[in-house]
Amino acid sequence: MCISNVPDTTSKINFKDNNTAFDTAGVQFVINPNDEFGLTRAMWFKEKQGASVAVVTVGDASVEPTLRKALAIGADEAYRIDAPATDGFFVAQELAALVKEIGFDLVIAGRESIDYNGGMVPGFLASALDYQYVTNCISLEIDGNNATAIREIDGGKETLGTQLPLVIGGQKGLVEESDLRIPNMRGIMMARQKPLHVRPATTSESHTKEISFSKPEAKGAVTMIDPTNIDQLISLLHNEAKVL
Amino acid sequence: MSVLIYTETEKGVFKKNAFEVASYGAALAEQLGTDCVAVAINPSDASQLQSYGVAKILAIKEAKLDTFNAKAYATAIAQAAKEANAQVVLVSSSADSKFLSPLLAAQLGASFAPNVVALPESTAPFVVKRTAFSNKGFAHTELTGSIKMIGVANNSYGIHKKETSASVTAFSPNLEDRLFATKTTSVDKVSGKATIADADVVVSGGRGLKGPENWGLIEDLANVLGAATACSKPVSDLGWRPHGEHVGQTGKPVATNLYIAIGISGAIQHLAGVSASKVKVVINTDPEAPFFKAADYGIVGDAFTVVPELIEKLKAFKAQNA
Repeated sequence: MCISNVPDTTSKINFKDNNTAFDTAGVQFVINPNDEFGLTRAMWFKEKQGASVAVVTVGDASVEPTLRKALAIGADEAYRIDAPATDGFFVAQELAALVKEIGFDLVIAGRESIDYNGGMVPGFLASALDYQYVTNCISLEIDGNNATAIREIDGGKETLGTQLPLVIGGQKGLVEESDLRIPNMRGIMMARQKPLHVRPATTSESHTKEISFSKPEAKGAVTMIDPTNIDQLISLLHNEAKVL
Repeated sequence: MSVLIYTETEKGVFKKNAFEVASYGAALAEQLGTDCVAVAINPSDASQLQSYGVAKILAIKEAKLDTFNAKAYATAIAQAAKEANAQVVLVSSSADSKFLSPLLAAQLGASFAPNVVALPESTAPFVVKRTAFSNKGFAHTELTGSIKMIGVANNSYGIHKKETSASVTAFSPNLEDRLFATKTTSVDKVSGKATIADADVVVSGGRGLKGPENWGLIEDLANVLGAATACSKPVSDLGWRPHGEHVGQTGKPVATNLYIAIGISGAIQHLAGVSASKVKVVINTDPEAPFFKAADYGIVGDAFTVVPELIEKLKAFKAQNA
């Protein structure tokens, strides 16, 4: 289970150092929401089908609380690749090296992280490993070596038949929101005893470089329209906004 | 040297995003002093692309590709990119293109930036502006590899006509059976209905609608406008509407021309997901709803009286302007 450590969804986003870096001051970091659905699905495979579950992330020591949280939810062990996550290509190469070494046959990642929204790590990982690959996955069943996945498409969904070894880009739907697990006290205590392996990076190649960041332009003020004057709304949408 | 664009089709017909990608590709090719070459899979009329500045079209006719298959499609496009000696490869931000993008970039060894909203800010170094932090910000990203790949964000660059005369050449990729190991077994898609990804207008409902039985209101308004329907996260979590309609940070992003939010208060995660939409109309009973701050036009009022009237007046407007 590949975990990304991201700003909480309620975070206000600011940049620092002349807009060349994300300002983490006052930002709470969490397990990437898309990964959380996959992690809960992985717990299901553990409990119902005897899988052992490892969580892995690429990052410095500051990401360890997020890994501990995943252990508290029920993962058996954790791996941290000790390197800054420079870009999606680099992260995927690092994950691929670990997957090859340990020999995982099912890798679940989020369909994208909510910080850089690249959506490329699971696909790069599947390519590097030559595994089967399905993303935007909203349902996953494993039966022996065979897998059935449902993915969201534009305007609907489709069912795919595939096989292990397999990389999944998961999202909401893999499990329901109400099934997401919150660590309990026993889980938190047990997580302290579980192994968290720290590995050095094996490569340094990246394909992209963030030069700077910017924020969307401030919006103009809202035009309020009286609920008894729907004609005015239609006129504004037609003449001013030109969207009708 | 060329710019290669993947122009998506559905049942042989070009999708709207194909014309946006072609428009972007033609402008970029001009910026780079090269040609824009399109690859299309089983198009019924490839020559349509010549209205958008495409110089050459590689048309693949292959029954094995009648059904979308990410690995096989990525392989076919990669071979076309090599055939065209492409320096830059462009794809759209549709669900299918996002699926195949990393597989394609990996095959080409390309530097890949998705969600790109404008032409490159510079071409040496090659820097593009893309959305990040779920539309709360932009990253200005340098693609450092010799081959660059760009995912053009939906409804960002726009569709720009430019008449050219393009040559259409048949192209036959070499597709081994092993590429088809992951197979689509069934597709569940409402045909003939606008989707959140490519609709010009999206009508979205929140908890203010009080229950799934009232969704006819959203659907009626959407029908008048030819719009896709969407919903807020609580509505999909409550099971009132399917997950596929949930828009926001953990749902689908919306980058439409007109977004109408009815009974949605506007949590920060929802606002992030819809912020790329150009014009936002908010209808809510609560004047303090945070969504009004992010809206262009707002009505404080009850959806159950405002929306039926809006539907009637829009019908009259459409009839008059038809």
